[in-house]
Formats: sequence, structure tokens, C-alpha cells
Amino acid sequence: MHHHFLTIPQLGIERCQTILRLAEKLRHSDAVPQLGATVAVAFFEPSTRTRLSFELAAQRLGCHVVSFSAPGSSIEKGESFADTLRTLQAMGAQAIVLRHSASGSVHAAARVLARAALINAGDGMAEHPTQALLDARTLLDVFGSLDGKRIAIIGDCLHSRVFRSDYALFQMLGAQIGICAPPLLMPHLPKDAAVERFSDVDVALAWADAAVVLRLQRERMAAGLVPSLADYRRRYAVTLERIDRSSAYVLHPGPVNPGVELDAAAVEHPRSLIARQVTNGVLIRMAVLIEIVAPELVQQSFHI
Amino acid sequence: MDILFERIRIVSPLEQRDEVAYLWVRDGIIAYCDTNPPAGIPPTTERITAHGWMAAPGFVDMHVHLREPGQTHKETIATGTAAAANGGFTDIVCMPNTEPAIDSPAVVEYIRNRATGLVTVHICAAITLGRRGEVLSPMHELIEAGAVMFSDDGSCVRSAELMRRAFLYASPYDALLSQHCEEHSITEGFDMHDGAIAARLGLRGYPSVAEEVIIARDILLAEACGNRRYHISHLSTRGGIRLLRLAKAWGLRVSAEVTPHHFTLTHEAADGYNTNAKMNPPLRERDDVEAIIEALADGTIDAIATDHAPHTVDEKQQPFPLAPNGIIGLETAVGLALTELYHRRGLPLRRIVELMSVGPRRVLGLEQPRIAPGAPAVLTIVALDEEWTVEPERFHSKARNTPFAHWQLCGKPRFVLNNGMLWRCQL
Repeated sequence: MHHHFLTIPQLGIERCQTILRLAEKLRHSDAVPQLGATVAVAFFEPSTRTRLSFELAAQRLGCHVVSFSAPGSSIEKGESFADTLRTLQAMGAQAIVLRHSASGSVHAAARVLARAALINAGDGMAEHPTQALLDARTLLDVFGSLDGKRIAIIGDCLHSRVFRSDYALFQMLGAQIGICAPPLLMPHLPKDAAVERFSDVDVALAWADAAVVLRLQRERMAAGLVPSLADYRRRYAVTLERIDRSSAYVLHPGPVNPGVELDAAAVEHPRSLIARQVTNGVLIRMAVLIEIVAPELVQQSFHI
Repeated sequence: MDILFERIRIVSPLEQRDEVAYLWVRDGIIAYCDTNPPAGIPPTTERITAHGWMAAPGFVDMHVHLREPGQTHKETIATGTAAAANGGFTDIVCMPNTEPAIDSPAVVEYIRNRATGLVTVHICAAITLGRRGEVLSPMHELIEAGAVMFSDDGSCVRSAELMRRAFLYASPYDALLSQHCEEHSITEGFDMHDGAIAARLGLRGYPSVAEEVIIARDILLAEACGNRRYHISHLSTRGGIRLLRLAKAWGLRVSAEVTPHHFTLTHEAADGYNTNAKMNPPLRERDDVEAIIEALADGTIDAIATDHAPHTVDEKQQPFPLAPNGIIGLETAVGLALTELYHRRGLPLRRIVELMSVGPRRVLGLEQPRIAPGAPAVLTIVALDEEWTVEPERFHSKARNTPFAHWQLCGKPRFVLNNGMLWRCQL
């Protein structure tokens, strides 16, 4: 059993490529392997789609799914994070799918788990590696390869785990990365980082082959990082007109704030890949579960 | 107690002394100290061959969290002072973030009554009640009860006006005010230093300027209130050192301490979400470390202090943003100072002793012990070249939260003598 699925750099190019290829195989398979493993889905932070996507993936692979979410759990009784994870492990979970609002929580979890493998389903602002893999799978479906492709990531990159995982994976796959964000939401990358920086979404879209539009959290406004939505839309929103003026494909990790970072109608645009992302999400998560719980099947599947 | 250190190097900067001598201590008093061997030593006297060792006036750590009263699951006065002695310190300053805070004479008395061992515990009281930054503490009463310094450590006194009032209110006693320099409006919710590592790890950054704006503000306030005594706690940035130099050049009575972790480590130590490299102020960049080393060497920095901050394993096992700030330092400070500053960077021993003994006493206004016959033995004795491995399980502190586990160090505390007692360090 492979141990832990934490971050894109920790996975490395080979494991990422394997998962991307395996997801594509699963798309065309009539019969998927039945793993019979016990998978705990532990969400310490609310989420609907990622959680459903993981649960569905596990069920399709014939896994027993134990679901756990922090509200209403013993976390409220003061049980510690570490204790909760040790308990899930002791109950026989072979894989624990973990979502937590604190960056690095999967690393803290990895330090207390000896047997169960961890799958990062999003930790704070740090990483969301299955999202990056499903984004890459979606882009590969369109482009075949990401080598030399220009991908703009637009919006609140500073606070975004999707940004960090996408950035790491797309670069690994040979893409050029552009970032378009208001100054207060720009990530503090090293000065010599190989990225294009944009402060005008039209320029970014004209440059890009595809754009990943990030959700603008309302709390950024409350924190005073975005003075007003109108101000944000003027320079950074991906509107229908702006998409039409460009030739870029559009992705969004969801859920969309309609009329904020992306126009509601843009979801249905011919160059929108958002529905495809959701479909690919289940395939990627199935591939991840197979790669973690039954790596021997990965070998077999490529021999067929 | 009857012990003779033969051929030990005596380093006492105030007495202009650096020579190899025989040092005989009996019943807590220095009986003999001379380059010639003493005559008439009784056979019962313990003789220690101290070649390659140094005896210095007892080391002082002016920034320690003893956690008692209130958080005795992390540390107690007993374990904290044991760790201090084991780490080579004769004197420590207990910071006021206990529960309740040290903001009344009763809490001062509580701590003093429980600190009756080898290590002398001095008190830093809170500037404001409950360290809440709202109302001044009864500073006059606290000084009468024995407080040698004031600070709201852990929190910065946010209001410039309140800090100005504190300087003025404490002026009849010429009291020493210290600040944990952090502009909270900038650092709210921070996890680590604002730099490339934080950006990569998705952690929230604490930019250096947040520390520096308070240093600048307080220097101006201290001056405006009539050149008051002001001490910068755990200084961590190059910009802060620039301001400190400026204040000293202006003739202000401003002093500063740095911690061993800030002269040893950079923010890269937090990579991999290492919660034992999480503290406040955070570990900074290589450029800041170089500026700190320069300032330690040239006398700009007055003291090395550990900011010994014990936490339990469970607390530090939490995800990085949730884990508490702080690391322990009492039992690694001497080793790190000798390894990094004396052996590696070539600072003279005299400077190390100034930073760990003379300097903090001068800042605090404490009496300076002498190494001379008839004087009480207030001594730190270290093996200068002894190599050792940091093994936290040997610590006398209750806590284990150190980023220096398994480090190879050169230079080790061997004995401390104070208050008529002697401790053999076990590290």
C-alpha cells in the first residue's frame, strides 16, 4: 500500500501521471475493480461536492465508506484531532480522506498515523491535490498535453489551496502559469518564480489557452481585502463578454459565486469545462483510491 | 559544598579578567581564586580537572515562561527552574503571562515564595491589568513587591497612548519597560514569517515590518517621555536592528535581547509544517540572521534570552495554524551560543559572557557578581569544547518542544553555583 497522498510535490510527477492515466482508463472501463476496503471520509470543515465526489468514488469501487464530519461529532466534546484520527485508524480504516481548515493538517495527521493512509481532500490554504489532478485531467482531455500550454489562474490566489496545487501540478506537466489577482490577493511567490503576473483579466485571458477562475470568498470583503464587488468585477471578473473576446477555455473548482468572479451564463459557455471537471472529479478520486489502497491493480491495469 | 576547579579559565569581563586559575568554592563562598595552586586543600575537597572549561559570572536568562500559576501542565516553577540550572543559568526572569497574569503583588509573592532554590527568579510584571492592554497595572506596588521589569509579553501594548502613559507613570521609579513588538493589526491570524516558505505552505505571514513599526513607535515614545529605560524583547529583524542602532546613537536608554533560535535558524526550519519551529516573533530570513550575528558581535545587542515557552506534545501535534507559538530554550541556549557564536562565528568568549551574564544584569539593573575570594559563588561553569547531542528526554523541563532535538553541539554547561547551592548539569 502506498503511504499517504498529501501534496502535489510529495506525490511527484510519476504518481501524478499514473493517476491521470488511470482516471482515463476508468472512464472507458465497463467494470471497475471492487476493492472492498474501508475508507473513512473525515471532514473537519464543511463541504458538499468534494465529499460527495469522494464518497461516490469509494462506493463505485465497492468500498465501505464511514463518514465523519466535525459539527455534531466528538470534536465538539473536546476530543483532539489526533485522537479522532487514531480512532478511525483503530476502527480499521485503510484510507482516511481528510479535509480540514488548517494548512498542513494532513502533515500533522501523518505524524500520528502509523497504518492508515491519508488522502488530502483540502487542507486550509495549502493544498487540494485531487482538485489539481481533476483540473489537469480536464485540460488534458482538451489539449492532449499541457506542455507549453498557457494557463491563467484568476482570482484570490493568496488564500487558495486550489491555486497552490494547480500551480505545482501544471508546472510539473510543463505548462506556463499566469496569475491574475488584485494586489492584496496575489500570492507572495519568490521574485524569480517563473510566472506571468497580470492585473487585468482581459490581458490574462488574451494570453491564456485556459483559465482557472477561483471562487472569491465573501469573507475577503469582510476582511477589507476587496473594497467592493463592483470594484472587483471591473478588473478581475470573468464575464461572458470577456470570454467571448478571448479564445480561452474556462474552468472553475466550484461552487461558483454567480455574478461575482464568473457570470452565471458562463458556466454553460461552449468553452466552459466546468461540467467536465465534476465528472472527472469522481474518476480522479477513484484512481487515487486505487493507487493508495491497491497499487498492484495499477500495474495490472497498464498491462492489459 | 567544597569543590576545587583546577586550571579553569576565568572569564569575567567587568573585572577585566580572562586567565587560567584555580577556583575553590566552599559553602557557597569563593574561598580562593588565583593562577597559583592553593596550599592546604583538605583531602575531603572535591577536585575537578577543569582544563578546557570556563567559569563565568552566573548566566541570566531574562525571558522565561514558567507557566505557574495557571498552566502547570506545561511547566511549573520547580521544573522550569530545574531546567534553568541544568541549562547553566543562575538567574532567570519570569515573564508575566501566567494565569492570572503577574499584575498584582499577590502573584509576585506567590512566585517568589515558590522559587527558593538554586536559581534566583526575578519578576517581570505586566504593564496592563491582565495583559489586556486596557488599564495600567499597579506598577508602583509591583516594583515595591520586587518586579524588575514590565511587559505585556505575548501581546503588544497596542495603544500608543497607553504605552506613553506607562512610560510616564513608571518614571518615578525609573522602571524598565519591555515590549513584545508586534503590530497586531498587521499580524492578525499569522502562522509564520511572511516569505517564500509561507507562500508555498499556504500559511499566513507575519511581515518583518509589523515588528519594526512598534520598535520605531516605542523608541520615539521612550524619548518623548524623558529618555525612559526601554527593552526590546526577542528582536528578530534586520530593520529592527537598524532602529536599535539609531536609538543607541541618539543616546537613548534602549536595549534589546535576541533568542538562540533567531540567531541559529531561518523560516526554512518550519518547512514540512514543523510546529517546533513555530514561535512569535517567527523565524525570519537568512539576511536577518546575518544582521543579528553582526549586532551580537559588535555590542549592539545587550543580551541573549531564550523566550523559553513550554507546551505539551499534544498541543504541538495539532495542525500548524492551531499549534501554540513558542519553543523551550533553557537547556540548549548555552550550547547553541557556544556552538554558533563562539566556535562557528568566532565571537570572543568575553562577548558571550557579556551577552549571557553582564549584559542582562546591566539591562535589569541587577548587582554584578564578582569572581573573587570572599564573594558569594554565583557561577556558570561550561566545558567549552565538549561535543554533545541534544536529547530532549534528558531535559529537566516538563516540555519537549524544541527544534534542536538531535543537534550536535559543541560546548556544554557542567555546573552552576548560586544561593549557596551547587548543581551538576545533566545533559
